[in-house]
Amino acid sequence: MADVEQLRHENALLREELAKLRAQLATNARKADPGSAPAAAAAAAAAAALPSTHDNSSNGCAAQTVCSTCPIQADAASLQQQSEGAAAEQATASSSSNAHQALHGLSKAQVERYSRQLLLPSFGIAAQGRVCSSSVLIVGCGGLGSPAALYLAAAGVRKLGLVDHDVVELSNMHRQVSHSEQRLGMHKAASTAAAVAALNSSVAVDTHLQGLTPSNAVGIISQYDVVIDASDNAPTRYLINDACVACGVPLVSAAAVGTDGQLTVYNAGGNGPCYRCLFPECPAAANCSRCADAGVLGPVPGVMGVLQAVEAIKLVGGVGQPLAGKLLLYDALAGRFSSIKLRGKAPGCAACGEGGMTREGVAAFDYAAFTGGQTANDGPPVPLAVLPAKQRLTAAQAAQLLQAAAADGTAREDDLPQQQQQQQQQQRNEGAKALVLLDVRPPEQFAVMSLPGAVSVPYLQLEQRLPEVLALCGASSAAAQQHDAAAAAGSISNGTSNSSSSQRVVVLCRRGNHSQLAVQRLRQAGVPAVDVVGGYEAWAAEVDSAMPVL
Amino acid sequence: MKLKIEFSGGLELLFGNQKEYAVDVPCSEQQLTVGKLLPWTRDQLLKDRPELFMKGDSVRPGILVLINDCDWELSGTLDAELQEGDKVLFISTLHGG
Ligand SMILES: [Zn+2]
Repeated sequence: MADVEQLRHENALLREELAKLRAQLATNARKADPGSAPAAAAAAAAAAALPSTHDNSSNGCAAQTVCSTCPIQADAASLQQQSEGAAAEQATASSSSNAHQALHGLSKAQVERYSRQLLLPSFGIAAQGRVCSSSVLIVGCGGLGSPAALYLAAAGVRKLGLVDHDVVELSNMHRQVSHSEQRLGMHKAASTAAAVAALNSSVAVDTHLQGLTPSNAVGIISQYDVVIDASDNAPTRYLINDACVACGVPLVSAAAVGTDGQLTVYNAGGNGPCYRCLFPECPAAANCSRCADAGVLGPVPGVMGVLQAVEAIKLVGGVGQPLAGKLLLYDALAGRFSSIKLRGKAPGCAACGEGGMTREGVAAFDYAAFTGGQTANDGPPVPLAVLPAKQRLTAAQAAQLLQAAAADGTAREDDLPQQQQQQQQQQRNEGAKALVLLDVRPPEQFAVMSLPGAVSVPYLQLEQRLPEVLALCGASSAAAQQHDAAAAAGSISNGTSNSSSSQRVVVLCRRGNHSQLAVQRLRQAGVPAVDVVGGYEAWAAEVDSAMPVL
Repeated sequence: MKLKIEFSGGLELLFGNQKEYAVDVPCSEQQLTVGKLLPWTRDQLLKDRPELFMKGDSVRPGILVLINDCDWELSGTLDAELQEGDKVLFISTLHGG
């Protein structure tokens, strides 16, 4: 409670100081430049509104965490900043009569724009005033960041920071709703900034097109009241967490993949854990599906991003209870939200524990090494190099093979008697058999498109369906049995030289990684298969530009 | 002991794409710890890629274990005692955005 008394005392002093500032500004405005009158009014309003609105009894902050949950610190420096911010905003807003602004910091246009929030008993002019002088950083302008940015802009935050190093792609559009067809290829942060400007021109936007890095994270994050983690990869999530802990900035964190969403607030006072308390050791890449592989239902990140905006508005507005120490789960298929209780701070946490992460520590930390080489761009996996070059075809070579096989099977049959036609048909079937095209992508990808004649055997089912696949490839059952015996004895031969397969087997996947592993497995079983470097992506790039790329 | 076992965050993909299981886990005198439940779950329910569920005696990094919707850190992790009717939820943390 001593803290609260101290704050009340400081607030009283600040109120006096700002009253003087208000008088001075108003005088200056009257004397010198009528255009700056709204700015003076804004400063006055900030002075009038802030101390009272930051009363902990009304904003729901627990006494011992009065201001750690409310990022707007009631100190002279930030009050000064806020009145400057409000002034800057006022300068761009329509100027209106000074007399109507005396009681709060909002212009006529602002009152009308935010009126439905001003009417809200649990929000009102005080919380709106704080939102209008707040700054929020959004890291990631994708499926989460898009709706978060739009709602925060609509709510009237003073400044939005937008961080993303990526550009807008067509496959983003179904969920990353701040972008538009006209802005395909543009930097995502710039595209989201354009959407923000179109929605609420009074919001100041800072874009960071280079993305968040260990060297720039603290410098950027320390300029904001609240950070939203809308990123899509492990290194960035640890980096944001550490920088927020080091700078004492609350962090609203969400994620969405498939039809599931997760949301929590870190670093918002109390005994809530930070990201590192929950996940001291980085999950392996295989333990976390990527949207680009597992897919994602568009509105699911939308829901989570909007909820992030809600939590950020609560934090900067000083209303309600932050969703800290709990994890909110959204299961879109079941149509269910649930909330689970998380552990408290881990005493030995490398970020928030005793002697934890400092500002300097963040810049020096090797996030790539910590996350086992995961990159901060959520790009496709690093291409595997399992097979020697002679066991691989380029897409163009594979296309030639396929063409040749198709030509073998094509015969002029119009003028042949029916019996001969049937014979021809049989020959064609056998001719077609001369080339087996194995497509080892997941069934969802196969269902979208595939090469003619491709047989779907998803890589994850290869082991289970091996006998069937070997039969298809013309490998003798004896060879397969021999292989089984060898496998049982623990001495699998490579089986490349004396093949028992009568077919040419080409394995194809999306990017040419699983296809190599499949070829390796088939060769162990005596089938001299080859794969296609770069898979369907290479096919689309080198052979058939009309083929859709997933 | 009758329990509800649930998977979320993509972890269900390792368990036959089924999110909820009602199970009856053999145990002596109604005594069962989460430490005992983990290998049973792996051996009885896991369908795919066992290496993505457990590491040593515990779960892989990135997986949260909740007993009746409370973090297992609050009740002793591997030593947490389960009771008839408890719900054990395994959640894989998500990174996507
Ligand atoms: Zn921590």
